[in-house]
This record gives sequence, structure tokens and C-alpha cells, in this order.
Amino acid sequence: MLIDFFLHLKAGQLKVSTREFLTLLEGLRDGACSHSIDEFYFYARTCLVKDESHYDRFDAAFGSYFKGVTEIPGLEAELPQEWLQAMMKKHLSPEDKAKLEKLGWDKLMEEFRKRLSEQKERHQGGSKWIGTGGSSPFGNNGYHPEGIRVGGESAGNRTAIKVWEKREYRNLDDSVELGTRNIKVALRRLRRFARQGAADELDLDGTIAATARNAGWLDLMMRPERHNAVKVLLFLDVGGSMDDHIKVCEEMFSACRSEFKHLEYFYFHNCVYEKVWRDSSRRHSENIAVSDLLHRYGPDYKLIFVGDATMSPYEILHPHGSIEHMNTEPGAAWLRRLLDAWPAAAWLNPEPEHLWPYRKSIEIVDQIMGGRMFPMTLGGLERAMQQLSKKQ
Amino acid sequence: MRFEGSQDYVTTPDLMLAVNAAIKLQRPLLIKGEPGTGKTMLAEQVADALGVPLLQWHIKSTTKAQQGLYEYDAVSRLRDSQLGEDRVKDIANYILKGVLWQAFDAETPTVVLIDEIDKADIEFPNDLLRELDRMEFHVYETRETVRARHRPIVFITSNNEKELPDAFLRRCFFHYIRFPDRDTMQRIVDVHFPGLKRDLLREALEVFFGLRDVPGLKKKPSTSELIDWLKLLVAEDIPPEALRAKDQKAAVPPLAGALLKNEQDLHLFERLVFMARNNR
Repeated sequence: MLIDFFLHLKAGQLKVSTREFLTLLEGLRDGACSHSIDEFYFYARTCLVKDESHYDRFDAAFGSYFKGVTEIPGLEAELPQEWLQAMMKKHLSPEDKAKLEKLGWDKLMEEFRKRLSEQKERHQGGSKWIGTGGSSPFGNNGYHPEGIRVGGESAGNRTAIKVWEKREYRNLDDSVELGTRNIKVALRRLRRFARQGAADELDLDGTIAATARNAGWLDLMMRPERHNAVKVLLFLDVGGSMDDHIKVCEEMFSACRSEFKHLEYFYFHNCVYEKVWRDSSRRHSENIAVSDLLHRYGPDYKLIFVGDATMSPYEILHPHGSIEHMNTEPGAAWLRRLLDAWPAAAWLNPEPEHLWPYRKSIEIVDQIMGGRMFPMTLGGLERAMQQLSKKQ
Repeated sequence: MRFEGSQDYVTTPDLMLAVNAAIKLQRPLLIKGEPGTGKTMLAEQVADALGVPLLQWHIKSTTKAQQGLYEYDAVSRLRDSQLGEDRVKDIANYILKGVLWQAFDAETPTVVLIDEIDKADIEFPNDLLRELDRMEFHVYETRETVRARHRPIVFITSNNEKELPDAFLRRCFFHYIRFPDRDTMQRIVDVHFPGLKRDLLREALEVFFGLRDVPGLKKKPSTSELIDWLKLLVAEDIPPEALRAKDQKAAVPPLAGALLKNEQDLHLFERLVFMARNNR
């Protein structure tokens, strides 16, 4: 009974287990829900789906299994995801690009709203409607010099004035919690407990010793509770080529934030130079001199870089190599300075490891790091944490 | 036992079904949802409606799973031994029962609320697997096994600060309380303010849902904030017209501080209002 339904959910990428399925059947036998399809829907969802972000997936799988009952109450009218899936890339010739007139910003927003309300179906190609691949200013994967992107990955030309789901140089959102559990467990390797702060825990051994010394009269000894005392400096590359890795970086950042009590984080672009910043929206007005950091944080801090190290080798090796400003000293000098100040260091690279040999800049950074570059996978993270917790 | 909603708490049919399924099949029910959607209230209301005692266990970052079962108070035993008291001979005198033990021991079925389980250490839910599954545990000090006389109805709330382990989730039922739509909100407000003037309520809900749509707010106002705000409006006797400012000129609604708790949010909102005013 319902085994096909169970397998169908499984095929629909839902994490359902046999145990939950048996619970579902048990409930049906015991009459936890009546025989209406609505109640069955709610009941099956309660039993089988344990994460609200999977509700949508469940609705889709449920709907396709029980054909004709797709009108499940509670589904909100949103932009259907299928519109926005990256289906095709359309490359326009330079002449075509020139032909696309640039609409003004206000007009763009207004038009977008208008078309959104007019449009009811998935659309692809063409030059007016929202959809994928076309050259209308709205939608995704298409090309228009001042377009608005809606959902999906960028097709490669990063010129949209406003990217709907991601903003350039956006501060990494540490409220993202999905998928961070594994990362946290990996980060736990770096824990080093120490007793600090107020003495509020009974020290049993100390109490026994002191009581014995007191000839049997009780002498209570207290001590501070153990805390994770590891200190971490996190340098994150944002913007440009890092946009492709924003999700995994957010997860990493979010996990770090909750796992380490002493965590200082800074942003840089491509390579660390004399200045870094804390808040991307005010990066040009409120930045922090790296030389200050060198003095502020002691050598007991662990240094973690997160970046794809993908850039032109000039940006690392030559003065004035930065793409953003005039740097009098090469990035390599700053990297070495940081490594001297904090010997326990690792570089986490979200690019897949097998691509590293093809990028000159990755090789250079890896050399500067002394081979301590690790891929940003769970395995790589474990290796990095092992490396960091070694005695330097 | 069936939960049919209560006078002071508005339930949607899907929530009711989830609660009843959890009661019937004796599985813990994990409740998630935006802050202020009544996750904690639910357990209180269910206990109230079923007429059974409610045992609450509020989780903090320092809470250990063991504390829900029992704690052995070694210090007072040591002290008593110094004073030569008789009770020191029986170790059972120094075992303090935790919330789960109390629930297992109770004569009647109980409702147990494990509030904000995501606040605890990441391993916390794993430490409770067997206890919640078999509803029994072993007391090392007295060599006894405590079994539940009546399986308690367990509610667990989470604010999504930490992800919960799969093994734990598989043993639970799950329900996500979605943010109420306008109609449900109307019913919720009716429950709290039976005598509220219709026009004031309509205007207030308009302002409230408009405020939730303001982009970029760090913390959107939730149901409990709406209720607080309405309380203030009623207490200050603010007329409905004061809320209907949008035809003439945009203005910050009165007592907006009750809805927007975050200084940056309030600031952002005031700036938006200011910009809207200049555009006219």
C-alpha cells in the first residue's frame, strides 16, 4: 500500500526513510486522518517532511503522483521556478547589443512590475517577456545592458544593475543555516577548551583534595567552566569570481560564526593588500589597515583565508597590480606578512581541486601558503582543521 | 484525546491535524515557524484544552540532555554527610528529577514542552533519541530504569538557529507554522480583542501587512508584535483616521516602535517614508 507513493517521493529528491513511511501507514491504520485527500496531504507532510524548505518539493511530488489534485491549498502564486531554470545561453553579437536601447532605471522597475502581472506562462527566448534566454531586460540568462535578473544563476555577463537574488559585494548572510551542520561538525576539530571567566563549576578533584587537607571538613573548590578558546581570523574574498561560490561561503561563514566565540572576519577582493573591510556596503569609507590588524591580534589566532585565488598573477606579484587601486606593495608581500604574524594558517578554496593546476594564480598562492591550501569540501575542511590544530 | 483548538488560540486545520496525529501516534511534534507565530503558546493551549498538566523545559545554550532526566546533587550529600544527617545513607534523596522524569512518573498523561531546542549544543538532540523514542532511561546512581507510565505528548520548538540531526528528525512529526494570512490574522485579533472597532482593525491590518512588505527589514513584525501594537492603540485611544494617512501624505504610523523593534529597521522605515513624501 502506497509503496509506489513512497518511492515516488524518494525519486522526487525528498529525504524520506522507511521508518517514517511505516509511521505513515501506522497513522492511516489508526485513523490519524480521515479519508479526504486534503487531510491525507497534511498528514503525509507532517510525517514525511522535516524541513519547511522541502515543503515545495513535497507539494510538487505529491501533486504529480495524485494527478488532478494539484490544487493543494496553501500554494502561493510565485514566479514558477521552471521559468528561471537556466535553460540556454544566448550570445548576442556586439551589433545586437548596441541595438538594445538602454531603458532608465525607474522605467525598468515599472515595466518589470507591469509585465509580471500580464504574464502567466513560462517564456523562453524572444525579446519582451520575462523568462530565460531572451534579450528582454527582464528574466535570466539573457543579455540586455541594464537588465534585471530574476532567480537562477547569472549567465556570465555580469552587467545587470540589480541582481534580484544576490547583490554584488553583499555581506555574507550568517543566518543561512541549511546544510551547515556538517560544516560545524568539521569545524569542531579545531576546538581547544580552556577554563576562563567566572568560577561557577564545582571542581570535584580539588574539593576532595582540599577537604582531605582540612581533615575531613568540607572545603568546596570552584573553577571556571570550559569554553572553546580557539581564536580565529577569517579573511573572505567577496565579489567578482567569488559570486559563483556565494552559497557555500555563506554556509561556511554562518557555521564559523556560531562555532567560534573569538571570531574576527574581514573582507578583501581577490588578494589581501594594505586595507580590508568589515562592511561591504561601506567598504570605501570604513576600511581597516592590515598593519593595524597585525598588531592588534596576537600570534595565538588562527588565520583562515576563504577565496578562489583566481586572478591575474600580476595582482599577487607586482606593485600596482590590484585591479581596484594603486597598491605600492605587491599582494604577496602582504600575504607573507600575515603568515608571519599568524603561523597557524590555512586557505580554503571553493574551486574544485582538479582545476587548480590550470590556474597560475592558485599555484602562486599555494606556494606562498606553503602548500596549506585546501578545497572547500567537507574532506578539505577536515584536513585544514587538522593542519590548524597542529602545534606550529 | 483530540485537540479541537481553543477559544484563545486560532489553529489552522493543518496544524490541528498535525497535533492530533502526534497525540494519536505518540510521536514528538517538532514545531518551527517565524518568531511570534505562537509556537510556545501551542503547547500551553493543548495542555489546557486536554486538561492535562504542562511540563516546560526551556533550553539554554548550557543545557545538557541529562538535566532533563535527572541530576545528582553530590554537593548537598557531601555537606549532609559532614553534618551527620540520616538521609545521607540513601542516594535517592539526592537525585533531582528533571522534566522528563516528572512526565514519565506522572499519574496522568502530560504535555511536555521542550522549548527552543536549537539553542542547545549541536549534539543535544542526539542525546535524547532513546529517551524520546522508547520513553525510558536508566539511572546509574540507583540502578533503576525509569519507564513512562503514560507516554507524554511532546512538543519541541525550534527557531532554526541550528540544523537538527536526521536521526532525531526521523523520530518526530514536523509542522511549520506559516505566517497567518489576512483572514487568519483577523480571527487571531478577534480572539484577543473581541470589542475592537472594525474600521480600526482594518486600517491597522493594512498598515501591518504593508510594513511587512517593506524590503530590507531585519526583523519583520510578527503576530505578537501586532497584538502588542493593537493593545497600545486601544490604550491610547487612537482613532482609525490617524492610521489612514496614505491618501494625503505618507507618515510614520503612530507608536511604530511596537512593530519595529530594531533601531536600524525603524531608521530605514523613516527614511523610506521621507523619500516617499518628497516624491509627491
